Parts: sequence; C-alpha cells; structure tokens
Amino acid sequence: MRITQGCFSFLPDLTDEQITAQVQYCLDKGWAVNIEFTDDPHPRNTYWEMWGLPMFDLRDAAGIMKELAECRRVYGDRYIRVSGFDSSHGWESVRISFIVNRPKEEPGFRLDRQEQRGRNISYSTHAYAAAKPEGERYG
Amino acid sequence: MPVDTIDLRQEFEAVDVASVLAQLDQELIGLIPVKTRIREIASLLLIERIRQKMALATTFPTLHMSFTGNPGTGKTTVALRMAGILHRLGFVRRGHVISVTRDDLVGQYIGHTAPKTKEILKKAMGCVLFIDEAYYLYRPENERDYGQEAIEILLQVMESQREDLVVILAGYRDRMEKFFESNPGFRSRIAHHIDFPDYSDTELLSIAELMLEGQSYRFAPDARDAFVRYIAVRKTQPLFSNARSIRNALDRIRLRQANRLVSRLDRLLTSEDVMSIEAEDVLASRVFAAASAGNAA
Repeated sequence: MRITQGCFSFLPDLTDEQITAQVQYCLDKGWAVNIEFTDDPHPRNTYWEMWGLPMFDLRDAAGIMKELAECRRVYGDRYIRVSGFDSSHGWESVRISFIVNRPKEEPGFRLDRQEQRGRNISYSTHAYAAAKPEGERYG
Repeated sequence: MPVDTIDLRQEFEAVDVASVLAQLDQELIGLIPVKTRIREIASLLLIERIRQKMALATTFPTLHMSFTGNPGTGKTTVALRMAGILHRLGFVRRGHVISVTRDDLVGQYIGHTAPKTKEILKKAMGCVLFIDEAYYLYRPENERDYGQEAIEILLQVMESQREDLVVILAGYRDRMEKFFESNPGFRSRIAHHIDFPDYSDTELLSIAELMLEGQSYRFAPDARDAFVRYIAVRKTQPLFSNARSIRNALDRIRLRQANRLVSRLDRLLTSEDVMSIEAEDVLASRVFAAASAGNAA
C-alpha cells in the first residue's frame, strides 16, 4: 500500500527536477529546509530521524539536493521527506513537508479490531513492516 | 529545432553583455587584464548559447579563478563584483558571494573540518565562493594541520559540481605561487589565473576622485595638484598598498578638512565649503614631512 503524507501526497512521486523546484521555493521564502527519514510507516509517527543538521542560510537548492542524494545512498530503502521550517514570528513551525523517497515494497497495514465492554469496538492500525526490528524492515 | 544561422547582434543584445561591460569599465579603474578576461568569458557565454541553439555539443566552462596581486589592487572588490557579473551572464544561478577565510573552513579538532567545509560549500551552491588569503589553508610547517582536509574536499567539489559553484581564490602573488606549488591539483582545476597589476599614478588619482565623488566631496584645483604630488611621494615610501593607501589618505584628509572647518566657528558655511577639499588639507600630511626630512638627511 502506497503511503501518502504531507504535500503533493495524491500526485505521483516527484521527480528530482520537481523536488529541486519545490526546495527552491522554500529557500526563496526564507525557510530552513530539512531532510528526515524513517522506517516506521505508521501515520502517527510524526518524529522522524533528521539527516544531518538543519540547513539554515542556504540560497540554492543544489546544496540540499546533494544532501538528499547522500541520504538516499545510505537510507534509500526507507521513507525520506523534505520539510521547510519557517522561523518567522507567529509561524515558528513547519510550513511544508513532502515525501521524496519510499521503499520499493510497501507491505501496508493490518487493521485490528478490539471488542470492548458494551460491544464497543476500538481500532488500531498495525504496519506489517514494523513487525521486523528497526533497520531491517525494508529490503 | 536546431537552426543553421543566428543573428549575432540580436543574441548579443539579448544577453545584455554590453551593459555589463560598460558598467565594469565605469566603476573599476585600470585593471586591464581583469577586464579582458571578463570580456572573454562573456564572449564564451554568447557562443555557448548559440551553440546550444544550433544543437552542437556544449560543455560548461570551468570558471574557478585565482586572483593574485599586491595589496590594495582590487582583488576583493573585483571578486565581490564578479558574482554579479557571472549572474547576469547566466553562469551562476544566484548573484551573491560567500566570502570565507581559513577559519570558516578548517576545524579545530579531528573530524571537525569536513562537516565545516561541507556546510560552507552547501551555502555557496549556485553562487560564488570567495576564499580570501587562500594560502593560509595550507600550512606546510605543521604536518598535522587540518587545512589539507579542507583542500581535498574543496578540490573534489570544484571538479564534480562545476556548474553549481564558482570558487575564487585570492592572495598576494608570491605566497599564492608557493601555495599552488605545494597543491598542484588546485592550479590545474583553476582555469583563470588573473594577475592584478599595480595602479599607475593617474589611475590612483582617478580612483581618489571616484571615491571622493561617492562621498560627495571634491578636490579644489590646487588640492588636486597637491594630491598628485602626494601620490608620487607616498609611492616611494614603505608599506604602500595601492588603492587602500589612497582610501586611508582620503580618510585622514577628510579629518583635517573637518578640523579646519570647525576651527573657525563664527561664519556661515555653504555646501561648497563642506564639500571642497583644499590644498592645505592635503599638504598637512605626514608623508610630505617624512619626504622632506629624508631629502634633508
């Protein structure tokens, strides 16, 4: 099952050219662009690992694309996303975030239903990939 | 759709090379070798564009440069301006300069240098990286110096990301020579070695007048003659550093002019008085005193 998250999630995966254009848009707005990765596909997993340090004071997307290439080389079998952080007063939060890399095989989720008192049902999603230990989930 | 013939003049005007070059001529005095090289680079760009339209093979030219010359010959000024020029000519995507020295590239302990250098290189992507006093990167007297590591990373990026970044090294001539001798990789990766000549007396005078004009001052006619003599005398004295000496001299002359004006309080000043620099402001300089003392001795 193809995981969707953040901006452009209903579009086909972005090409490198399109990613460059989006990153340049962020930089032109003065946002700090970061690269994050994870191998836990659960939608509520919000805190991903950061690749390197936050990249402040960059003006051109080439620097970030270079880091992204490096990140893909090491963690090409995981989810990688790019986020743009707006530090201006009043925002101070992530303004954009989109997936730029995903594993080849995405096994998807199992839905667990738990019957409770009064015939209530609680649901939880369980990623098949998460059954394996961290770092061995894909590939 | 490749074409066979192209109107050269039309292309020339489309890139607006002429105005870039005219501006350069106007704002920088002398520096003929530098201007010639920029003209060559501009022409190359034009031809590359035309080749592209004709669907011929195009390669991105290597634009890394090294500026060598005596103190005060305008190396830093030209480097800062170069970014704007290359940007207008379409060689770099953004027209700004990241200006760094050894401290910004080389770390303090093992494993600190590589991330630091890479960080700077990332910031410099798409624009010009200006390394002032580049010879400090290499310290042969200390074999455990981390400068070598920074040099290796620089060389690698200069080669592999030529279209993303232009590196300009600057420094005094003799020390840069030594630097290139011990780092032959650098010399071969830099396409443009530009030597900045010393300014002539008339060029120094034009520079002084340009600087004064920028600050809304002007020489009175006899002050101008005095300044011509000042330049001639100052050149013979030690530690002369071309345009920088001129700038310092002008700063001191402005001080003396202000002092002269303030010494007579009871009068009405016109803007002409405040703007004009008199001969006595120039002649009060220590340079003349030292020269006459030298002649007497």
